[in-house]
Amino acid sequence: MNKLIELKNLTKNFEDQQVLKGINLDIHENEFLTLLGPSGCGKTTTLRIIAGFEEPSSGEVIFNGKDISKVPPYKREVNTVFQKYALFPHMNVYDNIAFGLNIKKMDKTVIKEKVNKMLKLVGLEGYEKRDVTLLSGGQQQRVAIARALINEPKVLLLDEPLGALDAKMRKEMQGELKKIQKEVGITFVFVTHDQEEALSMSDTVVVMNDGEIQQIGSPIDIYNEPENRFVAGFIGESNIIEGVMIKDYLVEFDGVHFECVDRGFEDHEPVEVVLRPEDLDIVEPEKASITGTVTSVTFKGVHYEIMVETEMRTYMVQTTDYAEPGRKVGLSFGPEDIHVMCKMGNY
Amino acid sequence: MKHFRHLAKPYILWSFLLIVIPLFMIVLYAFMGSGNAVLTFSFTLENLAKFIEPTYLSVFWKSIKLGVVTTAICLVFGYMLAYIISKMNERTQDMMILLVTVPMWINMLLRTYAWMNLLSDNGIVNSLLGLLGIEPIAMMYTDFSVIVGMVCNFLPFMIIPIHTSLHKMDKSLIEAAYDLGANRVQTFFKVIFKLSLPGVLNGIMMVFLMAISTFVIPKLLGGGQYVLIGNLIETQFVTVGDWNFGSAISLILAIIIILFMRVMKKIDPQEDKEG
Amino acid sequence: MKRKNGIFAKIYVGICFAFFYLPILVMMIFSFNDSKSLSNFTGFSLQWYEELFENYEVIQAVIVSVTIAILATVISTVLGTMTAIGLSKSRKFLRDYLLNVNNFPILNPEIVTAISVMLLFSSLRIPKGYVTMLLAHIMFCTPYVITSVYPKVKSLDPSLANAAMDLGATPVQALMKVIVPMIRQGIFAGALLAFTMSFDDFVISYFATGNGVKNISIVVYNMTKRMNPTINALSTIVITVIALVVFFVNIIPSIKKGRVKEQHV
Repeated sequence: MNKLIELKNLTKNFEDQQVLKGINLDIHENEFLTLLGPSGCGKTTTLRIIAGFEEPSSGEVIFNGKDISKVPPYKREVNTVFQKYALFPHMNVYDNIAFGLNIKKMDKTVIKEKVNKMLKLVGLEGYEKRDVTLLSGGQQQRVAIARALINEPKVLLLDEPLGALDAKMRKEMQGELKKIQKEVGITFVFVTHDQEEALSMSDTVVVMNDGEIQQIGSPIDIYNEPENRFVAGFIGESNIIEGVMIKDYLVEFDGVHFECVDRGFEDHEPVEVVLRPEDLDIVEPEKASITGTVTSVTFKGVHYEIMVETEMRTYMVQTTDYAEPGRKVGLSFGPEDIHVMCKMGNY
Repeated sequence: MKHFRHLAKPYILWSFLLIVIPLFMIVLYAFMGSGNAVLTFSFTLENLAKFIEPTYLSVFWKSIKLGVVTTAICLVFGYMLAYIISKMNERTQDMMILLVTVPMWINMLLRTYAWMNLLSDNGIVNSLLGLLGIEPIAMMYTDFSVIVGMVCNFLPFMIIPIHTSLHKMDKSLIEAAYDLGANRVQTFFKVIFKLSLPGVLNGIMMVFLMAISTFVIPKLLGGGQYVLIGNLIETQFVTVGDWNFGSAISLILAIIIILFMRVMKKIDPQEDKEG
Repeated sequence: MKRKNGIFAKIYVGICFAFFYLPILVMMIFSFNDSKSLSNFTGFSLQWYEELFENYEVIQAVIVSVTIAILATVISTVLGTMTAIGLSKSRKFLRDYLLNVNNFPILNPEIVTAISVMLLFSSLRIPKGYVTMLLAHIMFCTPYVITSVYPKVKSLDPSLANAAMDLGATPVQALMKVIVPMIRQGIFAGALLAFTMSFDDFVISYFATGNGVKNISIVVYNMTKRMNPTINALSTIVITVIALVVFFVNIIPSIKKGRVKEQHV
């Protein structure tokens, strides 16, 4: 895939606060890339810099080989779907979608044709004359997408577009967005704080925190091989345990040596180990090297969430098997379930 | 977008030239020895001191007195009308408020002139009294005619803010007061009036400000001999030509008004909450 | 627990409105009187209107009032709208400063504002007349436009301008196609306020003009030194014009609203 956008050493200061501390990121053609992170991590600022609403304090935004960091938004080949959609309330659905083409003074019949194509794409045929303020959240969302896509941008930027929708609508729109992206075949840059959303839709996930990129990778990489404690903690639920890498493929934690699949650390390097709750199994105490007592059981629908207190800590286990509180149990997991990460400072 | 920031720039210059500098000129003239040229500025307190002379001080007290009387009348009658209107149904309320508003849009000078027709010695009021066998009463060029003119012109400014605060009042509070055993009088004074206080203060402020500074109404309905602060300022500029003294009075008037607004804001319970 | 208004309340409302409208009504009626009397309606005639239209001074004053009102409205509406939009994006310090300065002409007594501009023009030795009167009118009208437009701008979603530019609109296009149409109600209210303020103004015009340039109010003021039925005629025309404008501006939107509701039902 070709590189479409390159962010080089991007920083941004607001007053005396540094919100971006040197962002380097490549965005490729036809990619569904998600910027994921907690609020205030700089993901929206990064998006606004790509859109042209903010100028970076330093660094470059390279688009198709040219630095566009000083180019105003109306001259960029990117379009945005805003957080609260920002539909023009004084225009109906048709005029909202046709806005960009009307600005370009395109031929009326061409505009009509294109708008109809877009309405079909987002499933809003027959809604042309509707007042946008009277549409449901999901419908407004579709108008916002159509309004942006009709300009045939190279990149579509989406700023937490599903945030205002209810849970059911969200699920539906996630699938819809993915489908639309496949259909138009352009790059989507998606901003969200919802890890599930990020994992289920993206080709590439960029985890950000505190103005810095923590990890870039496919959803599977990010989930299974978090590079640091922040990523592990932010993506899914995890048991994070301090340990020592004895040598390649052997890690020690909670006083026990375990085989693992990680290598490339220094011998006896202090590390952190991630054990996903769903990777842990409850077994008879004698069959496991870590044992403890069940302190609580919560029914979560598909599975039980069981807290097991060992000598060193409390583990969270997600399993379909029931274990009553007070019972002595063992925790079992395989070498591939152990994820070893570099130790970080203050997380 | 930051692009739009520049749109405010012309007004920054404009307001400095036509609002800030002119007000500064008043201060300058008020503290300046005689003469009209800015170049020959010499500092003096004479103009301000002149105001303490009994003739001028009595004008000042008379203005304050008439302002207070007018404001009080407007408050009583305006509150009653606003209260009655606030109990009508929504559509009628809109209509009534429109009817109160329309006179505010009409030239004050013309509305004051209309009263001259009515109140003059051979006007319609006296001829109606004549029909009842009552001797004509000299109503023009008295305190009475001036107060009538002021009340008529300023009453809408009292009604509108009071109605606004009565209108947006949560009706369930009144029901709660009844529910808790308050009778109608108690409910009115302890709940309704207290809650409408922001509107009342707003109305008092506007009416009083206009009443102490007007010069058209006393001139038309009070006659040439009738002098309030506004008329005093006018004569300094138009007939006497003592711009320095005229500026000094204007400055005093402006300061009184600023102090008065400060006091009113202190009383307003809502301002406290915001601050 | 809504107590209905009793009969006394209704009478009271009637008296209040009589107090507001009766003097105006009497003046209007007597403008059609065929004698100079202010108490006896001796017969219908249009003689005072004829006299009015033959009075050169009055005709001149009407022209001055109307042209100044139109020019002041247009200029102050454009200036005020620009400022309101600009202010919403300005730094807090500048915004607070300008909104405070803007309040002076609204809160200050008219006479103080009037002599302040008079002192300015005199000190700068600008000959007083039509231009100074126009400048003064723009000065006191613009703050009203800003106060009615600014809240509308502030309530706009800041993303809307960004959205327009994102879709290819230049800043000017974003302003004209998105921002201005969305705040048009505020602009319209401000323009109406500016027009009536300017058209009705007496005090500030009185001090800001000179060299024989007079508007309607100044002519009326000069004529009131003696009772004169032609003033009744002039007032009747002015009041009717303003009342009709205000009434229709307020009534038409509510009728439209009613119609829209019916359609939805």
